[in-house]
Amino acid sequence: MSNAPVNNGRRRFLTAATSVVGGVGVVGVAVPFIGSWNPSARAKAAGAPVEVNVSKIESGQLIRAEWRGKPVYVVRRSEELLASLSAHDSQLKDPQSEVPQQPVYATNAYRSIKPEFLVALGVCTHLGCAPTYRKGDFEQEVEGVTDGFFCPCHGSKFDMAGRVFQSVPAPTNLMVPEHSFPTEDTLLIGVAGGEA
Amino acid sequence: MKKIILAVLAVLPMLAIAAGPSMDLDKANNDLRDKASLKRGFEAYINNCLACHELKYQRYNRTFADLGISDADGLANYMYTGEKVGDHITNTMPAKEAAKWFGSTPPDLTLEARFRSPDYIYTYLRSFYVDESRPFGVNNKVFPDVGMPHVLQNLQGVRTIDEHGNLSEATGGSMTAEEYDEFARDLTNFLEYTGEPNKLERESMGYWVIGFLFILLFFSYLLKKEYWRDVH
Amino acid sequence: MFSNLMAWIEQRLPLMDAMNKHAAQYPAPKNFNFWYVFGILASVVLVNQLLTGVWLTMNYEPSGDGAFASVEYIMRDVDYGWLLRYMHSTGASAFFVVVYMHMFRGMMYGSYQKPRELLWLFGMLIFLVLMAEAFMGYLLPWGNMSYWGAQVIISIFGAIPVIGDDLTLWIRGDYVISGATLNRFFALHVIALPLVLVVLVFLHILALHEVGSNNPDGTNIKKPKGSVPPEEQSKFTFHEQYTKKYDIVDAIPFHPYYTVKDLVAVVIFLIIFCGVMFFAPEGGGYFIEAPNFEPANGLKTPEHIAPVWYFGPFYTILRIIPDKLLGAVGMFGAIIALFMLPWFDRGTVKSLRYRCTAHTVNLIQFAICFIILGVLGTLPANPLNNMIGTIASFGYFGFFVAIWIYSKNEKTKPVPERVTG
Repeated sequence: MSNAPVNNGRRRFLTAATSVVGGVGVVGVAVPFIGSWNPSARAKAAGAPVEVNVSKIESGQLIRAEWRGKPVYVVRRSEELLASLSAHDSQLKDPQSEVPQQPVYATNAYRSIKPEFLVALGVCTHLGCAPTYRKGDFEQEVEGVTDGFFCPCHGSKFDMAGRVFQSVPAPTNLMVPEHSFPTEDTLLIGVAGGEA
Repeated sequence: MKKIILAVLAVLPMLAIAAGPSMDLDKANNDLRDKASLKRGFEAYINNCLACHELKYQRYNRTFADLGISDADGLANYMYTGEKVGDHITNTMPAKEAAKWFGSTPPDLTLEARFRSPDYIYTYLRSFYVDESRPFGVNNKVFPDVGMPHVLQNLQGVRTIDEHGNLSEATGGSMTAEEYDEFARDLTNFLEYTGEPNKLERESMGYWVIGFLFILLFFSYLLKKEYWRDVH
Repeated sequence: MFSNLMAWIEQRLPLMDAMNKHAAQYPAPKNFNFWYVFGILASVVLVNQLLTGVWLTMNYEPSGDGAFASVEYIMRDVDYGWLLRYMHSTGASAFFVVVYMHMFRGMMYGSYQKPRELLWLFGMLIFLVLMAEAFMGYLLPWGNMSYWGAQVIISIFGAIPVIGDDLTLWIRGDYVISGATLNRFFALHVIALPLVLVVLVFLHILALHEVGSNNPDGTNIKKPKGSVPPEEQSKFTFHEQYTKKYDIVDAIPFHPYYTVKDLVAVVIFLIIFCGVMFFAPEGGGYFIEAPNFEPANGLKTPEHIAPVWYFGPFYTILRIIPDKLLGAVGMFGAIIALFMLPWFDRGTVKSLRYRCTAHTVNLIQFAICFIILGVLGTLPANPLNNMIGTIASFGYFGFFVAIWIYSKNEKTKPVPERVTG
């Protein structure tokens, strides 16, 4: 044993200092392992914004676009339909779209940029099934509402602005993805206006 | 013990010489940090090489980002065939037909600078000469019996070879010799970049990591010293 | 609360006791030198390989069509993928550097001699599995060098009489190396062999702690109980498993003394490792070879085909023998000779410090021949290289013959009772 007395303070300090620096190193080593789980350039390229030509969509017609592997519903809504939307506000869970299920620029009565076009993810907010578009025969589900979306899995119902009705399992309105209209006829899904 | 280490160290350099390179190549002296050069090289590649040689592991938008080109500019100035910016840099040449035209499918060049070397590419681009016995009327000093035409002939001009293997200019091209060398250097630079797009990031990260390890070494060495005062 | 929990666990699984037995109260000779850090470094590299390997598997695609592109995908598209890949590829070479140093340490200080023969055998098994692991991993990038390297090595099995050709066909699972071969190598490389490796490393350490560590003097730090006066015994507390039967001299607890010392060694190693990985990951064309940047092509052999550097010594022995079967016998013989080293050496003195001069000379010539063989393995075969290779091979095998001869009646220097310095 050493003749000099053991300097415990110095030992504690050096042990702590080495541990702290070593701990920083361990965190540093963890970065690549954790970082590599982020979406890769391939995933990002596959999830790039999708362009849809909307000029051919007829009034009342729904087309499905695929974006990031999910169906996106694009519907051209008629004037009458738009006018009727506010009539059933009292039957909805979130008529004013207070839950941020849509970008700020689509937080309005029609949940859209251009009122005539509904752009929403065709993914039920309950458990992820794709709701069916019920054109004209939605009254079987909700009295007084002619058109809407009905989820075949657990019976959730949404109106033509993607707003969820009361007493169904789905908790929130359908998600409206980031989207923009770079030209009159093109819809770009996945990116807000001014970003692309 | 020391003797063994010394003996080993004495043998190593000898062996290193024995393993040295065998081909005479000109130094490319390209600089991956020179973004202007990389951009020129990228443009030269798109215009002269891409029709036959893909860069199928490299994406357009990655290249734009690394070279300081915005996606919109890139789309307008570097992409001609309607791909998306996230796509790989490919061409539409059918591989089977190409093999018929050239004898073999023109290889992908993404990794050419790592497979050969930047110096090789630089020298190769400057080593074409007239050889009427070859299907395309040209041959290459560093790639004998090369299977491709001298695509850059109108830039470089026509060169001939003498019996000592020296190349000399027969007809001038649209570029002077210096301009053409610069052109070849840019192209080489760009291909070294595509070979390993992360190279600069890798090196700069290396300085940080090793710097950090020296700090750790400092503390752990003091810690070891401190504890080992117990041991006699 | 916490101490109750610890006591509850301890009664059922004596973890703290095991920690003490193998670290805090494990008697390690106090005179370990530079050569004794490579065991720890090997385990650091093993952990690196296991972790980065698992992470690479997440994005790698084991198929003939997709493997090469998936490696480039990892290198370019995956965040930090290039770093994980270089950690793994540099780690492969680093593994062999430290393992070769570790083995040479054992040879210098007689760590394979009685009672550590089994420890040596476990070590050699680790080395063997490691070579298989490296060989199979080398095929996975599916570059042209991967392909032809595997082609050559698998063909070695064709040298076995009668069953050779069927055996190579069976190993490949196809008439040439193909996706089928790639898939089975992938499965073995990422699951089977790592499991075996980890178990063997565990046994290696268990066997080490059973017989105790050797040291550069080759003395025994465990003296018969009652033979050493208390004031000369080590002043530290050791686990009763060791003190029950022995008086411990010249030893210090592994923790904290060797943990802090090994930490310094690990950091220095990491500095060198990172220097290579960040600034020269190809290792001058030896760690990642240039022809491997071209996809596997069964119709075109690279101009100069050579195995990775760590197989060089054994490959050269294979190559200089102008007969396929004998060449393979020579190559495997070179590894088997190492396995048998504890029985080739009939001496009783362990460390080269106290052995005859012939032994030192023999060890040095062995090391030089091994390195020459290694370098030749990466160079093209030509008459001069083959001649040097033949001489070096004689040196390699001559080591074992010589040690068998001179160790019988060796003139040794007196071995001190206690460690020096």
